[in-house]
Amino acid sequence: MYYFIFIIRTAFEDFKRSKLQTFLTSLGIMIGVFAVIMLTALGLGLKKYISDQFDSLGTNTLFIAPGKILEGGSFGASSLLGNRFDVKDLNRLKRVKNITGIAPLSSKSGEAKGTEKSEFVSIFFTSEDFFDITGFSIENGRFFDNTDVEKRSKVLVAGPKIAEKLFGSEIEAIGKKVAIDNVNFLIIGVIKSKGGGGFGGPDYDSYFFGPYTTGYIYNPDKQFIRFAIKAEEKIPLATVKDQINKEMLRRYEEDDFSIVEPTEILSVVNSIFGIMNIVLVAIASISLLVGGIGIMNIMYVTVSDKTREIGIRRAIGARRKDILFQFLIEGIALSIIGGTFGLILAFIGVLIVQNFFPAYIDLPSVLLALGVSSAIGIIFGVLPARKAANLEPVEAIRYE
Amino acid sequence: MIRLDIVSKSYKIDEETTFYALKDATLEIKEKEFISIIGPSGSGKSTLMHLIGLLDKPSQGELIIQNKKISKLDDDQISSLRNEFVGFVFQQFNLIPKLTVLENILLPTIYARKKLDYNPTEKAIELLKKFGLFEKRNTYPNKISGGQQQRVAILRALIMEPKLILADEPTGNLDTKTGREIMELLKELNEKEGMTIAVVTHEADIAKYGKRIVNVRDGKIVK
Repeated sequence: MYYFIFIIRTAFEDFKRSKLQTFLTSLGIMIGVFAVIMLTALGLGLKKYISDQFDSLGTNTLFIAPGKILEGGSFGASSLLGNRFDVKDLNRLKRVKNITGIAPLSSKSGEAKGTEKSEFVSIFFTSEDFFDITGFSIENGRFFDNTDVEKRSKVLVAGPKIAEKLFGSEIEAIGKKVAIDNVNFLIIGVIKSKGGGGFGGPDYDSYFFGPYTTGYIYNPDKQFIRFAIKAEEKIPLATVKDQINKEMLRRYEEDDFSIVEPTEILSVVNSIFGIMNIVLVAIASISLLVGGIGIMNIMYVTVSDKTREIGIRRAIGARRKDILFQFLIEGIALSIIGGTFGLILAFIGVLIVQNFFPAYIDLPSVLLALGVSSAIGIIFGVLPARKAANLEPVEAIRYE
Repeated sequence: MIRLDIVSKSYKIDEETTFYALKDATLEIKEKEFISIIGPSGSGKSTLMHLIGLLDKPSQGELIIQNKKISKLDDDQISSLRNEFVGFVFQQFNLIPKLTVLENILLPTIYARKKLDYNPTEKAIELLKKFGLFEKRNTYPNKISGGQQQRVAILRALIMEPKLILADEPTGNLDTKTGREIMELLKELNEKEGMTIAVVTHEADIAKYGKRIVNVRDGKIVK
């Protein structure tokens, strides 16, 4: 035991005497570990962010979109083509059993004039079921309801961000008129913030929501870009999917529409980002390799510098493995020092990033970082250490 | 205790030429002896000392230590012999600069394979007191005089209670007065403690301390 403490202490005495050299040598590993941990943390955060977005949709939700969205596990191109659904489809879908809610979607963008200022806004025209399907809750005022849909009321529910932008505050917005492309709407409610946006997902907080029938003002052909559907909880989603599929096939070809479960999209998105993250981490790992080579280089110099010391140690009874061990420990210590500082740096980095993005470091990546740095210490330390151990005592002690 | 049986150490210079640093040396060192090995530089006395000290291996012949043929031992066993059987004292003192006086003295015990029947630190402190170096125990080697460094080196050689002290030009880096003090110390160790001592030197004055003098010239033991 005393032996181990002595050897480890010897290594650290060396570092104390050449702080700058120790720092520079471990810098490579530090940067490598920092980059790998940071990218892993961002990857984990991204995954969590996407899952959270999908989680809010609930498990028994389906989307129907024109064209093929998912083809063989990836996004297809045909979903970008301009196919649209219409009111006939809505009425057919309403007849499908086991559906508890259906929300057609069309959208309109335009200039909105508020009391504070004007903004370029988007409106989702949909049904009252939309709020339930997407898991919205109201913060102030009320949602529009079935009556509003039937009467084609010119009412809007606002996202909290846009309400604040246009009217100064969420409360101020309630009961106010807003003109969008010369049509006047009454704001009847503001939803609770959904967060999100920024990374490709819809920023619901900045949208207006209105009855789909009202949307016909801008949409005389009564077309929809998508349907969101909530299925009966007790019925397997696959069954409902089948029923919808049959109904849709009565009018469309197989390739003209897709029925998508959010979890399918989630797994595709996750696999895309997963691969992207692996590639990034692999690139970052190159800096770990470079760091390892730096350690190997400095260890060779150290072995040269200490040739005489090695001779002395051998003369007083150190075996080859004692010398090997001494230099191996020094290499590993250098590497772990770098790894630890890299980890600390990554923790600080993640704390900063967390202000904008839910990145986080998990235990496996910490263990991996420390494991990889010690492995680098061993791999790149072993050659110099072997050189030291294999020096002939008589040669080493004569060395000037 | 130690016997060299027609031992040679040779180096191949090229295909035809072989250089003999030591040729057909036969020598026996008995227990409690004080032997001086004298010869000019390049005579082969250092090679002889490296062989006795197990730092080098003979090209021909056999080295026998305590009835063990060295050629039969592996590197670990030879390392253990260096650790337990021999205590080295060098011309350049060869203390490790980043270790304190006390740590330098304790260094051989770190590499000890056998169980020591004494507490190394206590023994080191006792030796330091005896040699008047106790005050310097936490000092680094470069902060003490050459004579003090050489005494620390002797203490390091003594800590494992070896059978043989092997001193290679122990006075070579010291002034005459200090050199004499070191030799007196070795003489005392031999006479009072019964320690076997072999000193390698090129100075006749130093060799005189030995009870037996061996002359080495041109790679051969002359007398």
